[in-house]
Formats: sequence, C-alpha cells, structure tokens
Amino acid sequence: MSDSPFRVLRVDLASGKGELLELEGRSRWAGGSGLAAMLLGRFARLDRPWDDPEQPLVFAIGPLTGLYPLMSKTVCAFVSPRHGQVAESHGGGRSALALRFAGLDALVITGRAARLSCLSLGSRHLALQDVHFLQGLDVQAAGKILRRILPGAGHRSILRIGPAGETLAAIACINVDTYRHFGRLGAGAVMGAKNLKAIAVQGDGSPAIPEGKDYPRRFEEVYRLATATDMMHKYHNLGTAENVAVLNALQALPFRNLQRTHSPEAAAISGEAFAERTLLRNAACAGCPVGCIHIGFVREKFMEPNQYIYRQVSYDHEPIFAVGAMLAVGDPFAALDLMEAADRAGLDVISAGVALAWATEASEKGLLSARETLVPLRFGDARAYARAIGHLARPENDFYRLLASGVERAAAHYGGEEFACLLGQEMAGYATGEVFFVSQALGFRHSHLDSAGYAYDQRHETPQAESACRYLFSEEQSRCLLTSMAACLFARAVYTEERLAACLEAAGFGDIAARLPAIGRRVQAERWRLRLAGGFAPEAVCFPRRFTEVVTARGPIDPALLEKLKTQAAHRIRELAAEAEKENGADTGPKAVDGPPAEG
Amino acid sequence: MKILTAPRMERCIGCHSCSLACARLVHRRLSWNTAGIRIASSGGLSTGFEARLCLACDPPPCAAACPTAAFAPRRGGGVVVRRKRCIRCGACAAACPVGAVHLEPDGEPFVCIHCGRCVPFCPHDCLEQRETQAGDASAEEKEES
Repeated sequence: MSDSPFRVLRVDLASGKGELLELEGRSRWAGGSGLAAMLLGRFARLDRPWDDPEQPLVFAIGPLTGLYPLMSKTVCAFVSPRHGQVAESHGGGRSALALRFAGLDALVITGRAARLSCLSLGSRHLALQDVHFLQGLDVQAAGKILRRILPGAGHRSILRIGPAGETLAAIACINVDTYRHFGRLGAGAVMGAKNLKAIAVQGDGSPAIPEGKDYPRRFEEVYRLATATDMMHKYHNLGTAENVAVLNALQALPFRNLQRTHSPEAAAISGEAFAERTLLRNAACAGCPVGCIHIGFVREKFMEPNQYIYRQVSYDHEPIFAVGAMLAVGDPFAALDLMEAADRAGLDVISAGVALAWATEASEKGLLSARETLVPLRFGDARAYARAIGHLARPENDFYRLLASGVERAAAHYGGEEFACLLGQEMAGYATGEVFFVSQALGFRHSHLDSAGYAYDQRHETPQAESACRYLFSEEQSRCLLTSMAACLFARAVYTEERLAACLEAAGFGDIAARLPAIGRRVQAERWRLRLAGGFAPEAVCFPRRFTEVVTARGPIDPALLEKLKTQAAHRIRELAAEAEKENGADTGPKAVDGPPAEG
Repeated sequence: MKILTAPRMERCIGCHSCSLACARLVHRRLSWNTAGIRIASSGGLSTGFEARLCLACDPPPCAAACPTAAFAPRRGGGVVVRRKRCIRCGACAAACPVGAVHLEPDGEPFVCIHCGRCVPFCPHDCLEQRETQAGDASAEEKEES
C-alpha cells in the first residue's frame, strides 16, 4: 500500500465539476500535514492574495486514518486571510473517517461558486448545490437545514461556516459536526471567499482491511493503551479544562488580557468546576474511544413564570481561557454562553475572546469609546461580551470590521499595540514563559500545539536559548510526523515512533514505516519553505510589551532570553526552508517571492 | 444462546468503535456501514446516539422474506447468515421492521449475528451480550434493547 498513489478529489467551484487525481508521493509525504504541504506546493498561488479564487482549500487525512484508534484528525490547509501565507488548522469530528470512507486521501477545493453553495460528496457522488437561502444563518441553524436536505443521515460529516465566515472575518472558523472546529487562522473566511457555506462528506464506502493477523493485534494493543491505561486519563476525565487550575497555580493562566497570570477567580472556571456544575456528557470524534469532548449545558429562562430552553456547548481549556479568564468572566454558565455565541457566529472562540479582552483594556484606557464598541465593554460583563461577539460576526462599523480581521489591525489603527496579546495570532491560553511565547509566535500554525513550548517552560527553572531551540524544533518534527498520519496529538504518548512504525507495517505501509524520521523532517522543512515563500519573515516578529511584563511562578519574563530564542528560532526556520528548497523546491512548485514581513 | 443488546446507549459517545470492530473483525472491512451494529445520531449530535442493530426477532421476518434461505432463523432470535446463498435481492432489509439490515450498493446485506465481538470495544459499556432461552425471551429482550 505504501506505493499506492494518493487519491485526491479536486473540485472547481466555478464549474461545479470534480477531477479525481492519483498523485505519487505517499512514501515521501505520508499524508495529513505532509500531503497538505505537497498539495499546497502544487496548487497554492503564493504570489496572489488569500482570497484569489484559485487559492486551494485542502482537507487531508493520513494513511492510518480509521485503521487505528485516535487516527481521527483532518488537516485543513489554506492561504490564511491573517497573513496571506500558507496555514494549517486541524479538526476532528467525523470528518476524517468520512473522507476515508469516501475513498479519498484529500479534497482540494479551488474556484469560487457563483452563488452561496454546498459541496456534497461521497464515494459515489459529487454535487454542488445552491444554498443561497442559508445566507447569514448561524452554524446551528444552517446545520439543522443541511442535515435535512443532504443525503446520508448518520454516517457523514458536515463542515459549515457561520456569518463570520460569510463576512470574511479573519478570525472565522469552520465548524465540524457541531462540536469541533478548524478554528484558527481564518479557514472560515476562506470558505466564505469561495461562496461555500458547507461541505458534506458522506462516508459510504467500505474498503477491505489490511491482510494478515498483525493488523488486528496492533489495533487491540493501541486500543488497550488508549482505554485501559492512564495514558489518556486526563482527556477522558476533566479534559483539557484540567489545565485551568494547573496553569493558575503555576501563575501561567492569562487573566484580564494578560494583566495577570493568576487569580483566585480561576477556581470558579476550573475544569473541576465545569465538570461539577455544567458537564452533561462526553462525546468523541469518530474512531476515537477516548471521548475528550466535554459538553456542558446552559439554560435560559425565556418566559415567565418558568419557561426554559437549554443548550449544549462543548468546552475545553482554550475557550475557558479566552472567554473566561481573559475577559474575567468568572461564572462557568456565563462562559458557556459566550462560547455558544462564538460557535453560532462561526468565530474562532480563542481569537474572539482575546480580541475582546484587548478591546476592553483599550476602552479602559480611553482609546475606544462606545461609539466604536457599540456596547460598553467591562471586564466580567458577560452580557456585553455576548452582544460584542454578535457585532464581530456581523460588523456594522469599521471598528468591528477591523477587530474581526485580527487584533493587530485594530490596534494599529486605534492604538494599544503594547497590550495586544498577539503571538502570530491571538494568543493561546498559556503564559508559561519565554519558550511558549516564541513557540507560538514563530510556530507554523501559531498554535500551542506546534511544538509545546509551554511544556519546556514548565520543566526548566532557567531555560537556555540553545537547548530550548533544539527542543522546539525536535518537538515540531515529531509532531509533523504524527499530524502527517493524521493522528490526534493527544495520542502522542500512545504513538511512539516505534509503535507508529509497527502500526504502519501491520497496515501495509512498510515504506513509510522505514522512513519516519526523514518524513517528519521533510514535512517540517517543506512547510517552512512554503511559509517563507509567502513572505514570512521570522526575524521581524515582535512581542508586544505586555508579554515582557508577565510574571510567572518562575519570575519576570527575561526580554533578553525572549529575543535570543527568537533569533535562534528564526535562524533555524531559515535553515529548514533552505533544506527543503534544495530537496523539494524543484519539484513542488512555488519559489520565494518578494513580500513584506507580515507578522506582528 | 446469547444475543447482543444495547441497554445503555445514553452513555454512547459516538466513537463508532463497536461498528468499526464488527466491520474489521467479522466482515474484514474498514467501514461504519458494513457492520451488524451501526451508530447514528438523529437530528444532529446534540440529540445523542442510537445503535441500529438486530433486536433478535423470533421468528425473524427477514428470514421469512428471504427467498433463498440465506437468512435463516437463529435459535434464541435473529438470523444465521449464509452468504453464498444470497442473491442480493434486498428482501431482508425491506422486511426488517427496525432498519437493522444494511444493504451495500451491490445489494449485499449486513446484519448483526450476535457474536458479541463488538462488546469489548465499547469504552462506556453500552453493549451487553445477554443469555436468552430459545424462543421465549425475545419480547423482553426487545424491550430492553
């Protein structure tokens, strides 16, 4: 199977027609992040704007998707409205298995539909249908109608955008099956620019499993590790929300727009508090027995005397940080309300929360007034934030239009850049120290998941730039390998390189198994080559002053270390990109173009 | 004889591990369709999940409808499937009152054979193999599952 070509469906939205491509390269790129990089190299137009109709929107899965537990993620790759460069965002739900059972390794969408449309596909069908009647509908309302009008109830995945994506907000996400998201770097706006409200993938194929006894044995080994050991306990128990109390104790939880790194108020929005007061149930991505999705409830009295509605909202550490801690909203139900508002609007909840935290401090400092914010913003005022989230999704004035395109643009216009919590995009929920700040600001995805700088911060009392830099890029490489499978990164303890190789071997991917470190390195380098080709200048990354004012349990941030680590990381990125230019540049497409440094 | 029941589906997290196990171990497929137990949400994920599986009718109407005896009554309820006899007419699926028989596009039917191989793969213990007395416990089993 290692030598079987990638099966890629390319759909042109302008014509509504698809083309099934068989592309070589499986033993070089594996799939997932690697396949996405290969496809971006082939299809992305790095000399054109992000919303050029020809820019591709890629969804790629890995060789082991569906074959083993927790091989349940899809890699979404695109040119980001945030910086005009290549980007990745990862999501789960049913999307990965649906693509696998539809018989595809990847879906590439190019062109722009003439009217707001829905792309529906499966192993035996492909259709682009007009859904102009869904224009402006929120994610949940659109989902209900889409479920009714599309074929294949049950075993399908429905990706859709809300009004934020339609209004091309650079902080718009793609919702996946209600509770998961391709959250960051503006994938929702890419669908909006393509006039694409939704993508429905019906997983209606049933391929044969690998031959031999080794495969079921390996499956059971992995399944046992994921369910009968402590390896995944955290994710199954409190979920990532467990981090809230842990980080608060470490003085590493960004609070009130990172004015503080801990607060007694955090106890009320801890994972423990959410579980005790709001947790309804767990859910899972298809193909994952862990069930890390935590769904809480909120109820609302809509009529006297006792008429209520209730809503179910998924929560994690990051949303709690963004609309709880950063906005000083200390009630879990109020935080869930805000998460739901962002979800419905199709906004990335992390970016929305951090953007409103900046706007609140800017209001406090007199840089903004109610003329801009329309509703007075005060830390802790959840009702005001709920209305502001609505304005972000459907901007009625220049202020919200700018804020929805990223805090850096709003701050450049109104002032307050020194307290804009930006690390490539709005920060993730870790104020652990210099290594994390550099890891997000110079991470390929600008995600806390790129290279786990937060873990290094927590393990080292006095970080050294050289060893931290080595750690970050080694970690990035191993994560590139996992996301090229495309595994859930929560399973990184289960899928050691040795076990991953054994799983690949048992599934008939011996060629990939034999080349794991080389593939990880190749994917890592190629992603950086593409990123630099789009104009990324890692040396130009700046850290807003707020980050140097942070005090963690380890003490104040060391600006010299921050700068030294940044310089070394930037150098390493250049080295990797040059390596890829040498190895892959000739056969995968775009070369470096002149472009302004676009990172703030 | 034992039959497969799904008495605790309110615990289901929608991981499809049971369907995937059936497809993998019984039918040698990678699928969430070609399985005797299939998980679906109705009206979206916020409504939870249901298991579509054979309720072990006794006598089974699918077997009565099968013109080639590929589906034959199984002691304790449900059916024994003899694939070589199947002419892929789809009569079994049409006769099943609860939609438990999945038909592939070529007409090949898939139904639970109550082997229980899916049970250990449910992480929340939603499923259970229950002992029945041939012919006289099916009504109760239907209620409980």
